[in-house]
Amino acid sequence: MSAPDLATTLAAAKASGRKILIPYVMAGMTDDWIEVIHAAFAAGADAVEVGLPFSDPIIDGEVIQRAAIASLDRGTTAPSVLAQLAAEVFAGPIVVMTYFNVISHLGIERFCGLAKEAGVTGAIIADLSLEEIGPWANVGDAAGIATVMLVAPSTPVSRTKLIAERSRGFVYAVARMGVTGVRSELGGDMESVVGKIKEASTLPVCVGIGVSSPEQATSVAAVADGVIVGSALVQRLLDGQGPQGAAEFIASLRQAI
Amino acid sequence: MTSQMGDPGQLGHFGSFGGQFVPEPLMPACIELEAAFRDAWSDPAFVDEYRSILRDYGGRPTPLTYCKRLSEELGIELWLKREDLAHTGSHKINNVIGQALLTKRMGKKRMIAETGAGQHGVASATAAALLGLECVVYMGEVDTVRQVLNVFRMELLGARVVPVTSGSRTLKDAVNEAMRTWVAEVDTTHYCLGSVMGPHPFPWMVREFQRIVGDEAFGQCNQAFGVPDYVVACVGGGSNAAGMFAGFVDSTAKLVGVEAAGGAAISAGSPGVLHGMRSQLIQDDMGQIQEAHSISAGLDYPGIGPEHAHLAEIGRAEYVSAHDQEVLDALQRLASREGIIPALESAHALAWVLRAAGKEIPAGSRVVINLSGRGDKDVAQVLSILKGESA
Repeated sequence: MSAPDLATTLAAAKASGRKILIPYVMAGMTDDWIEVIHAAFAAGADAVEVGLPFSDPIIDGEVIQRAAIASLDRGTTAPSVLAQLAAEVFAGPIVVMTYFNVISHLGIERFCGLAKEAGVTGAIIADLSLEEIGPWANVGDAAGIATVMLVAPSTPVSRTKLIAERSRGFVYAVARMGVTGVRSELGGDMESVVGKIKEASTLPVCVGIGVSSPEQATSVAAVADGVIVGSALVQRLLDGQGPQGAAEFIASLRQAI
Repeated sequence: MTSQMGDPGQLGHFGSFGGQFVPEPLMPACIELEAAFRDAWSDPAFVDEYRSILRDYGGRPTPLTYCKRLSEELGIELWLKREDLAHTGSHKINNVIGQALLTKRMGKKRMIAETGAGQHGVASATAAALLGLECVVYMGEVDTVRQVLNVFRMELLGARVVPVTSGSRTLKDAVNEAMRTWVAEVDTTHYCLGSVMGPHPFPWMVREFQRIVGDEAFGQCNQAFGVPDYVVACVGGGSNAAGMFAGFVDSTAKLVGVEAAGGAAISAGSPGVLHGMRSQLIQDDMGQIQEAHSISAGLDYPGIGPEHAHLAEIGRAEYVSAHDQEVLDALQRLASREGIIPALESAHALAWVLRAAGKEIPAGSRVVINLSGRGDKDVAQVLSILKGESA
């Protein structure tokens, strides 16, 4: 039924100096995925990223792929996820993450209508480039859905400015070149990506893709405004750790930042 | 007059299709590649090297063959553009020579490629061997089993073949895996996409590297009889058809693309976004991509190149489909009447002509089929199917 607004919540966190923590959950991957979201907020998440599964997720590594297949096999659809979200009252904002075909096939207007009813106030659309954002952007803005854009280590400075200008809510800094997944090391690109975005924008900068441990979260929080953790949490859920295991892991990340 | 298959512009839109739907980490590489191709393709030295290799190494120009016996049987004039005679056995060599040269020109030393049946993988491995590049080919695990000889061919040519175990373990997933790898290795590696699909500039670039087929055929037709009434090609992603059509699109010839009935993206699909492009896709009512099924692995792709979707939308080309059984019949008929064993993919184009001759194709029409590849790779499969039939 409702959830706080993404952009407002994260701007306030940044202003107060609180580091932002955004865990990722694949919608519909288990029976208790809604409870995992509640548990995440209780354990210190500032927002939760909710994945809408797609059959061909080209930026996702093995763990998220497996969660997507599990979810699709359980009959999950974008409307079913949004209907489930609409029935809940969340303590923090919800940002959906998906691929453009899931949205465009439903129809951009219809998707935004359902998302708005569900209390969704942010969207990360992995394969919607700055070049192709036109048909989506105005409809998303009008529905109060902040379009979060990605900046990668490969993104030139001039392009970073354009992306940061078009981004709403926060800017997603891709920590390293590669797909989502647990990595033992973050590599040397993270700081320069964050620096590039900070030069171009006053929006909060949150780092994702490859961030998986409390130690890595600590090093990210030292330079960025926030941390996004996906595969490491989804792996625990695939292992059957449920809301309680999720809460313990998220609490350990909270403590680390 | 500008061509109906011209420059799609910096964003690569063909009407409402095409574009660049890729995650941001890959966008700079797409932009770099588009600039590099634009620059190379307007550089006479590059074009000359590309043409020289295809002539001296690739066996171009390939002939245009008149099919005397089949023409008499069908009551039409049937001609074949013989891409089956190009090096590595199909038109795929045209594209990979272009992209391998471009890889070197961009200062990269490594190519990755996806493959379904193995034709593009073998061609990529060949071009990499010729030009001294490292080559890794992603192939669905299911296809590595179905096409075990092609896996060995690629290995003989010095490439590494990586079986893809995600998703349906076929061509669509090989593309996913190649793109995922490209994200991580984009600094050193070029993704040598095998068809007129994917994000811009691939659909345009691959069509340009394949237009040598259509340009040659147009000249050969002109010399033999003039402009044909029909130009027919099979379509999976659609690279042989795009190259062929490019030579005839501004003429009076009717253009016909033949899809596999189990993967007919134009007639059974709907608009959507996959693998970096907006095109016609086979998908369910929630936009999840479906698997394509046909007798030929090379046509088992749930989408089609965006320019084909556009040509269909504006009515410049017509897209039809052929069933597995009529494809098998067509293969046997061409073999027994003309002494040419076509690839199962190419046999789709012939299957439609056999069905349509004297009906949609009026008697006496001049018909040119792009015979995109030879059937050696399919002989074992055809044998087992025909044996099964007679048993």
